Amino acid sequence: MSEFNSGALDFSWPSVLPLIVVAIVAVAVLMVGVFADDDESVGLGMLSIGGLALAFVLALATLGQSARAFSGSILLDNFAIYFELAILISAFLTVLMSLEYVGDLHLPGAEYYSLILFATLGMMLLATAGDLIVIFLGLETMSIAVYALAGFRRGDPRSIEASLKYFILGAFSTGFLLYGIALIYGATGTVRLDRIRAAISGPMAAGPIAHSPLMLLGLGLMLIGFGFKVAAVPFHMWTPDVYEGAPTPVTAFMAVGVKIAAFAGFLRIFMVYLGAAGAEWTWVLWVLAALTMTAGNAIALVQTNIKRMLAYSAIAHAGYLLVGMTAAGNAAGGAILYYLLGYAFTSMGAFAVVAALGRGDAPHERIADYRGLARRQPGLAAAMALFMLSLTGVPPLAGFVGKFYLFSAALSQGLVWLVIIAALNSVISAYYYISVIVAMYMDRGGAEDVRMRGRPALFATVAIAVVGVVLIGLYPQPFMAAASNAFASATSVPPIHAASLLP
Amino acid sequence: MGSYWLTGLIFIPLLGACLVLLQERADAIWRAAFIFSLAPLAISLYLFAEFAPGQAAYQFAEQYPWIPGFGITYHVGMDGISLFLVLLTTILITLSILYSGGGDIESRSREFCFFMLMLETGLLGALLAIDLFLFYVFWELMLIPMYFLIGIWGHGRKVYAALKFVLFTMVGSILMLVAILYLAHAASVHLGRLSFDLPDLYGTPLSPAEARWLFAGFALAFAIKVPMWPVHTWLPDAHTEAPTAGSVILAGVMLKMGCYGFLRFAIPLFPTTAIAAGPLFMALAIVGIVYGALVAMVQPDLKRLIAYSSVSHLGFVMLGIFALDTQGVEGALYQMLNHGLSTGGLFLLVGMIYLRRHTRAISEFGGLWRSVPLMAAIFMVVMLSSIGLPGLNGFVGEFLIMLGAYLRIWQAAAFAVSGIILGALYMLWTYERVWFGPITKAVNQTIADLSAREIAVMAPLLALMLLMGLYPRPLLTRMEPSVAQLLSRVQAAQARLDAERALAQAVRRSPGESVAVK
Repeated sequence: MSEFNSGALDFSWPSVLPLIVVAIVAVAVLMVGVFADDDESVGLGMLSIGGLALAFVLALATLGQSARAFSGSILLDNFAIYFELAILISAFLTVLMSLEYVGDLHLPGAEYYSLILFATLGMMLLATAGDLIVIFLGLETMSIAVYALAGFRRGDPRSIEASLKYFILGAFSTGFLLYGIALIYGATGTVRLDRIRAAISGPMAAGPIAHSPLMLLGLGLMLIGFGFKVAAVPFHMWTPDVYEGAPTPVTAFMAVGVKIAAFAGFLRIFMVYLGAAGAEWTWVLWVLAALTMTAGNAIALVQTNIKRMLAYSAIAHAGYLLVGMTAAGNAAGGAILYYLLGYAFTSMGAFAVVAALGRGDAPHERIADYRGLARRQPGLAAAMALFMLSLTGVPPLAGFVGKFYLFSAALSQGLVWLVIIAALNSVISAYYYISVIVAMYMDRGGAEDVRMRGRPALFATVAIAVVGVVLIGLYPQPFMAAASNAFASATSVPPIHAASLLP
Repeated sequence: MGSYWLTGLIFIPLLGACLVLLQERADAIWRAAFIFSLAPLAISLYLFAEFAPGQAAYQFAEQYPWIPGFGITYHVGMDGISLFLVLLTTILITLSILYSGGGDIESRSREFCFFMLMLETGLLGALLAIDLFLFYVFWELMLIPMYFLIGIWGHGRKVYAALKFVLFTMVGSILMLVAILYLAHAASVHLGRLSFDLPDLYGTPLSPAEARWLFAGFALAFAIKVPMWPVHTWLPDAHTEAPTAGSVILAGVMLKMGCYGFLRFAIPLFPTTAIAAGPLFMALAIVGIVYGALVAMVQPDLKRLIAYSSVSHLGFVMLGIFALDTQGVEGALYQMLNHGLSTGGLFLLVGMIYLRRHTRAISEFGGLWRSVPLMAAIFMVVMLSSIGLPGLNGFVGEFLIMLGAYLRIWQAAAFAVSGIILGALYMLWTYERVWFGPITKAVNQTIADLSAREIAVMAPLLALMLLMGLYPRPLLTRMEPSVAQLLSRVQAAQARLDAERALAQAVRRSPGESVAVK
């Protein structure tokens, strides 16, 4: 019990070792970059990959542990580790697909890779956070790095616009989040998640706190803050412009890494800890989920730029995940975690193909540019078709099994109508995903011939994503077990002795 | 357990599909594809011989855990209902590949063979899967290759046709997925665990409203696939624009998947609802029969004509299925095979004509009998089989269906019989316009008759039509036990329904009244 009532910081190095490694490598990349030529960015990328791999191994080694550290502000459980691993995978794939991209565009490698690593650090912090301050800290570390990354193509006004838009709206949403945190602190007198829970639903709970206006308003504001980060409708307005303008690997990182990390915090707060206060919020999530899926898919239908299309598709997928959050419960939690993993590989793969088609002077981001790709680049086209089918939810790919898991969890909670809405949304989404396949396989000749040069790292990214999408779909058991185990580990925190909670 | 025949049957084509991708030269590609379609054909013939008649249980079954967290297993098995559809699939795929290699498909043959073989895996898997999740996986798997086949190698508005086909099918199947999940969760209450295995799900206690909605979820998916009127509108486009091999498989096998779904899943899982919905489905079937025939009659395009005739013929199949008696269901099963052979044959013949003339407009032909007598003779036999001439296969199926429908609701048979007459009418009229009369177009004089390869494609179909028409016994005996088992579920449900109704009536009557009656 000492860890709960002691005022001193209880250091637990293993719990933060992966984070420390990422931080050190980030600084190291920056330092090495000072002495390196601009053309040596590949070496910096490899250094980043090495650091991420080391962090991955260290995180994997702590699997199965359950601890609180630093006065409960850091949680080390399988939930945190699962998210750390997923974040590290997406960061790894981002760096891998950037290796040639950064060189082609002559971007400053040191800054680029270190910002990615700092963003990764923020994301991992978000995944391990045990109190609202750390969540805020993680969110900001991540966001500020990504604001800068979004504007990395300084010569391109769209990139500048993306960065500015993302920054202003992001700061705005952070304001909501922070205000929500303040109100919750006001209502409960603590920022620690477990204490907040105890205050609203524990044995010593002062009954009305859970329903006090302060608490509800605080939760609502936090919901808006996270809604921005996961791009839920109606807080999604920034997404298409930012996704379109940002460098493609950064877009991939935003669509996957940022989303995973934001969901880590979102889930930790709203499903794991504050579920009790959230019971009357279910309808809000219901409406958010339905809106997000439907609006995302409907607007995606008319997009002609593939990055914008994938942006709206990312919104729609956030909607499917919100279906899981609406359902609540352990099954839904496991489903969300599993879905995120499948989504990570699929989305990363799709963006890697987009990056592979672009060159510095010609980004080839219109769907029309994909015409006839199946003839020129059969392997790449087949991979893209696979990703599109997985995003649609065609078995036996990861996207399908993820939807199956989510729908199953939602149905077991009786959310029949929401599941039907989600199901019909998949059909709508089939239309625009398939339009990419139509362009690649059925339309003749592109507007201009896209010539590919040898880009081994990009191809490796695509290949890894293909393996992930197929493996997670065909052999889902271990991944499902890991996901549900991870979520269960977050909810099965041993009950806290009431006395220790009193200040 | 211990036998891996079915797994081999399902996955050899997929293996072949991957190996075909490695081939470089066109002739090597076609040879490899043909060989890899022969292997499942050989296996299915072997299984036909080994199949124990008089047994309703799944034979050659295999079951392994797949996703234990959901109680999902890889469970495949074969019974008298799937056996013949499997045979039909392996035969038609082999013949389609044989035919397509002869000049029908010239561009991107590697991908074509890849998708054909992948399609075979999807079809066979869907026919043999006993686990609903596994079934769904294969059900969707067969959609994708067919989409590519239509979209890449089709004619005219192929992209539109392919997309329409996919979206229609997906609406149905995704709602079926929701129904499957709901059913599994409902069953888990009394099973104590989640399971998608069909035998576990029979007799799941459901409220009447639940059963109705779930049946609707399954039925919509299958009705779109069949396709039943009024959700048939994707079919004329898909059939017409598809390449010949695509049309053959689409009409020959894929439409049967809808009928098969009713027999395997929708009816035995929700027998009470199926009984209640029987008259509705019979009515829709009759509308389809008459509507399909009437629309077929006025089509100027040969392929479109055959496509609409499929709507009509599948109406007969659905009529037999929802008659829910032995004759009806067996007739429906028989008719599925007939339709596969005859419509598959017709599409092949139209494809051969198209290869020679690059048109399918009926008005472009006339008097072809003189220039290509052999083709005309074969067309005649296939057409007569399609019409249902006694002595050929079509007659046996139609007769049984009409008998079954008559025993159930005699008016239905009375209406449906008009479809047979109309069918004869439009087929014979078409035949007359294409083959008889004087040659009106000079080009028609010089076209070549069937090549050896084309004869090799058509000969097995003709042989089967004759065989099935003259000697249906070996088929019927293998179907009977499975059909009987299916119907016993329906009858049990019917008995339960009757008992409930009798009870309700007894309660409604006052005791005094019953004494007075006495």
